[in-house]
Amino acid sequence: MEKELWACAEANGHSRNRNYKAEFASCRLEAVPLEFGDYHPLKPIMVTESKTKKVSRKGSTSSTSSSSSSSVVDPLSSVLDGTDPLSMFAASADPATLAAAMDNSRKKRDRDDNSIVGSDFEPWASKRGEILARYTTTEKLSINLFMGSEKGKAGTATSAMSEKVRTRLEELDDFEEGSQKELLNLTQQDYVNRIEELNQSLKDAWASDQKVKALKIVIQCSKLLSDTSVIQFYPSKFVLITDILDTFGKLVYERIFSMCVDNRSVLPDHFSPENVNDTAKETCLNWFFKIASIRELIPRFYVEASILKCNKFLSKTGISECLPRLTCMVRGIGDPLVSVYARAYLCRVGMEVAPHLKESLNKNFFDFLLTFKQIHGDTVQNQLVLQGVELPSYLPLYSPAMDWVFQCVSYHAPEALLTEMMERCKKLGNNALLLNSVMSAFRAEFIAARSMDFIGMIKECDESGFPKHLLFRSLGLNLALADPPESDRLQILNEAWKVITKLKNPQDYINCAEVWVEYTCKHFTKREVNTILADVIKHMTPDRAFEDSYPQLQSIIKKVIAHFHDFSVLFSVEKFLPFLDMFQKESVRVEVCKCIMEVFIKHQQEPTKDPVILNALLHVCKTMHDSVNALTLEDEKRMLAYLINGFIKMVSFGRDFEQQLSFYVEARSMFCNLEPVLVQLIHSVNRLAMETRKVMKGNHSRKTAAFVRACVAYCFITIPSLAGIFTRLNLYLHSGQVALANQCLSQADAFFKAAISLVPEVPKMINIDGKMRPSESFLLEFLCNFFSTLLIVPDHPEHGVLFLVRELLNVIQDYTWEENSDEKIRIYTCVLHLLSAMSQETYLYHVDKVDSNDSLYGGDSKFLAENNKLCETVMAQILEHLKTLAKDEALKRQSSLGLSFFNSILAHGDLRNNRLNQLSVNLWHLAQRHGCVDTRTMVKTLEYIKKQSKQPDMGHLTELALRLPLQTRT
Amino acid sequence: MGTTLDIKIKRANKVYHAGEMLSGVVVISGKDSVQHQGLSLTVEGTVNLQLSAKSVGVFEAFYNSVKYTLRCDMRRSLLAKDLTKTCEFIVHSTPQKGKWTPSPVDFTITPDTLQNVKERALLPKFLIRGHLNSTSCVITQPLTGELVVESSEAAIKSIELQLVRVETCGCAEGYARDATEIQNIQIADGDVCRGLSIPIYMVFPRLFTCPTLETTNFKVEFEVNIVVLLHPDHLITENFPLKLCRM
Repeated sequence: MEKELWACAEANGHSRNRNYKAEFASCRLEAVPLEFGDYHPLKPIMVTESKTKKVSRKGSTSSTSSSSSSSVVDPLSSVLDGTDPLSMFAASADPATLAAAMDNSRKKRDRDDNSIVGSDFEPWASKRGEILARYTTTEKLSINLFMGSEKGKAGTATSAMSEKVRTRLEELDDFEEGSQKELLNLTQQDYVNRIEELNQSLKDAWASDQKVKALKIVIQCSKLLSDTSVIQFYPSKFVLITDILDTFGKLVYERIFSMCVDNRSVLPDHFSPENVNDTAKETCLNWFFKIASIRELIPRFYVEASILKCNKFLSKTGISECLPRLTCMVRGIGDPLVSVYARAYLCRVGMEVAPHLKESLNKNFFDFLLTFKQIHGDTVQNQLVLQGVELPSYLPLYSPAMDWVFQCVSYHAPEALLTEMMERCKKLGNNALLLNSVMSAFRAEFIAARSMDFIGMIKECDESGFPKHLLFRSLGLNLALADPPESDRLQILNEAWKVITKLKNPQDYINCAEVWVEYTCKHFTKREVNTILADVIKHMTPDRAFEDSYPQLQSIIKKVIAHFHDFSVLFSVEKFLPFLDMFQKESVRVEVCKCIMEVFIKHQQEPTKDPVILNALLHVCKTMHDSVNALTLEDEKRMLAYLINGFIKMVSFGRDFEQQLSFYVEARSMFCNLEPVLVQLIHSVNRLAMETRKVMKGNHSRKTAAFVRACVAYCFITIPSLAGIFTRLNLYLHSGQVALANQCLSQADAFFKAAISLVPEVPKMINIDGKMRPSESFLLEFLCNFFSTLLIVPDHPEHGVLFLVRELLNVIQDYTWEENSDEKIRIYTCVLHLLSAMSQETYLYHVDKVDSNDSLYGGDSKFLAENNKLCETVMAQILEHLKTLAKDEALKRQSSLGLSFFNSILAHGDLRNNRLNQLSVNLWHLAQRHGCVDTRTMVKTLEYIKKQSKQPDMGHLTELALRLPLQTRT
Repeated sequence: MGTTLDIKIKRANKVYHAGEMLSGVVVISGKDSVQHQGLSLTVEGTVNLQLSAKSVGVFEAFYNSVKYTLRCDMRRSLLAKDLTKTCEFIVHSTPQKGKWTPSPVDFTITPDTLQNVKERALLPKFLIRGHLNSTSCVITQPLTGELVVESSEAAIKSIELQLVRVETCGCAEGYARDATEIQNIQIADGDVCRGLSIPIYMVFPRLFTCPTLETTNFKVEFEVNIVVLLHPDHLITENFPLKLCRM
């Protein structure tokens, strides 16, 4: 048996003749007229819907179409027409739940009205980071924590211990009764870390049931808020410490809440005090008693405010009684800065717990106004002198707290209240600080409508107090969000810019200018924008001031390009490019270029040939490209290439193909370091060639033929400069196809030859997305694709028959394939398919205006003989390989490979040929011999053969089928 | 863990009045069955009279020396220890019948109103005005009022409320009087704004106050001091006797 099989190796490679047309027709699915029955899985729900629809259609269209055709509407749209099934389902839900749902939603709405702050309220969390970043210090800070009882230092108990033991014990438990800690000379970062540690020890103490210790930590922390040394750090300190207070408030609330939960029921979110059991109430009361006895005012205030929410457990009116009392309590705080932050905290807690209690918020605001004069009093002035802090840097320390209080008060406040607040602020002398907070906190629409008033007030402000540029900045921020009255717009800009342009300090200037660019872009033309850009350049160029202000300058650029989507207008802003020149640090420059390109890609709709745009963007792209070096990350390169490609795709000179090509030539020289760009260029040039062909309707004139050859040459010389091997292979193939389509036969041959000679260089492993993978499957894919093209490539008159195929076969033969792999054989099987297709009288497909081998040789017997010889060789190779697979571990492969070879012969071979017939029978046995094959596949195959045998001219298959036994597995 | 005893009184706040029933449960928890020879409950009321270390024959304090405890004993066999658990509870005097009427008091403090001043001329000028809503207080309600610093030459350091308990014990040889500060609450910190009223607000501590008591042999009374500290080192005190009652 074995011998017999191999003896057949010399069998003639007889291909069977194919009638592609007939086969295609028979393969095609039977055309069954579409019928849409009434049944659809989603339909039952909408029976009524579809009925009414039919009726209406009958009524409206008087077409004679039959009922079946009238139902041939798009099935998807007909189903989805009308109400969607889910909401229908919801609507038909039983009335009880419906009522409940409505009830719920009504309740929810009621709640929305007063007790829930909407998303339009900027939460504290978003201010936190900003404050921490802005209020910093390089001075040394100190933390003084005294955890003792009020009676005094209980040092006696530990005095007997040796010093060493004592310090060790203190380290172990910082908050033991009587321990005192004074940490001096802390840097800001140390301070932040220490506070974070305190926050952690609070949580730990709580978790280990040391409630008293937790309370002590909180009291000590809030005490730090009465310390105003290193005053410029105070706002940040406030943020850090109130974090701890928030934690504490949450812990206490949750603890008492959990006490209300008995085995049966959980307290609802909106409970009333009657539902709270006595133990929980008693615990809650205990907390309040304990806090009420805290000696010092500031800790007592903060700690009580932090557990304000717990009043809910005791009585319905608890919070509404407590808030006004705490508000009054703040009046006892002498230091105006400490006091305004205390108010900010109270408003913060108030907004969270009971935002509907507006009265207290308002009282905080008006109380603050009453104490405003203190800021300029002796006590504060003496303190500033002592700390060496100037008024202009002291006043902005108030802003975060004031902004917050103002924001809380003005949230959804009636216009009348806002006006009253503003009037009250106006009356106070030296009110720049107030003015600034009004502008930061009030609705932008309110401010914008009164822009001219505000400008007037800003001008009147005392020069020595709050910095004016901050005021203009705040106003600008409002105008970026809301529009002032049409008639005032230009005057506002003029008035504001008059002041801004006079600012001496470049930092102050740019912070202000940055904000106003938005307003200018929004309401004015490129002329005004140009003026502003020119002014910025003028201010930022001396002493290279721009080096310290890249973020602001970047933001200006972003705002400008966000408003000028039309790049021809943008680049006609004279100062735009000079402005770009200020970005001299490369990384920033590239960032800016990227922004520009992103906007261009996003907004440019039409391809362009505008020389201004092209020049400018080429320059921008070149900047990006030139930033690439050996250290550039892959992702970055990909991003840059994506942006540059986006630009290249948008450049079109219309019918001026020559210009287009010379643009591609220029682009190639500019962007040679980015492979994806070169790939894009090759594709673009190929497309250009095909466009030309389309315009000439396939008949090139002498001129266009030359042009197309130039395109082909472009590709041919560009491809070798690429690194990716499969990129090159595929581009060779692709460009070869384009050359063939444009009747550049010798050029096409050159591409294919180049591809063939590149195949031996394919490494075994290639890098794909950073991972090494075997390349064989990619190679197989490429070669199959290649074979399909080779079918139609006509033979060169000076070379032998099928020289390209032969050459490729040699290369495949010599390629070092992975051991234990069958890829080579799979390729050979594909070659057999190719050869079979080549031996047909008329090929399956052609390229327009190119004569393939079928018409060149016209079925010449010599050609067919050559073809057969090749087939034989290839088959011999396959059989040889099958022989080597007779080993135990390879039997499975042998079986499947044998079957696939059998299938190939079945599909492509002429089985009337006896030897081929015998070979196929042998392969059938081989596939089944070791029981490795899937019986179902074999059954299916046999069924297929039997079915095929019924086709005309296929009768011989009946006999074959009889010779193919099915092996039952034993 | 062996066997444990626990007393659980029904009222969470453990406050009872004369004539009321104190009820609750004794919880015995243990791994195995517990043998015992009887459980007994005892109520004890004690007054601890502490002699002062400073002056002979003077009691240190009455307050906080009155104590009511409920004790539960479990007698067990010879081999096992007897178990005991005690639980303190509080007895409040029966609320007084009748209507409580507030007795407001206004005050003004200037250098001229002060007594015990050595050199009046050295004092900085100031004017502090205010009022207490009532000097007769319900013990469960806070002491309230207002205070305005109308003017002050010197910067204010702090304003505090000092609650003092005065105990007087009389007998044939005379009487002993003892004042103890039981709570100090700061109501102003730093140089407060002039002309702006500052709230006076103090919660009476539950464990350290009781209704004002006056018998032939001893008295327990309360006073509040408003203490103003001025820069650099002036201390001004204004005293108000209080009458506490339970309603």
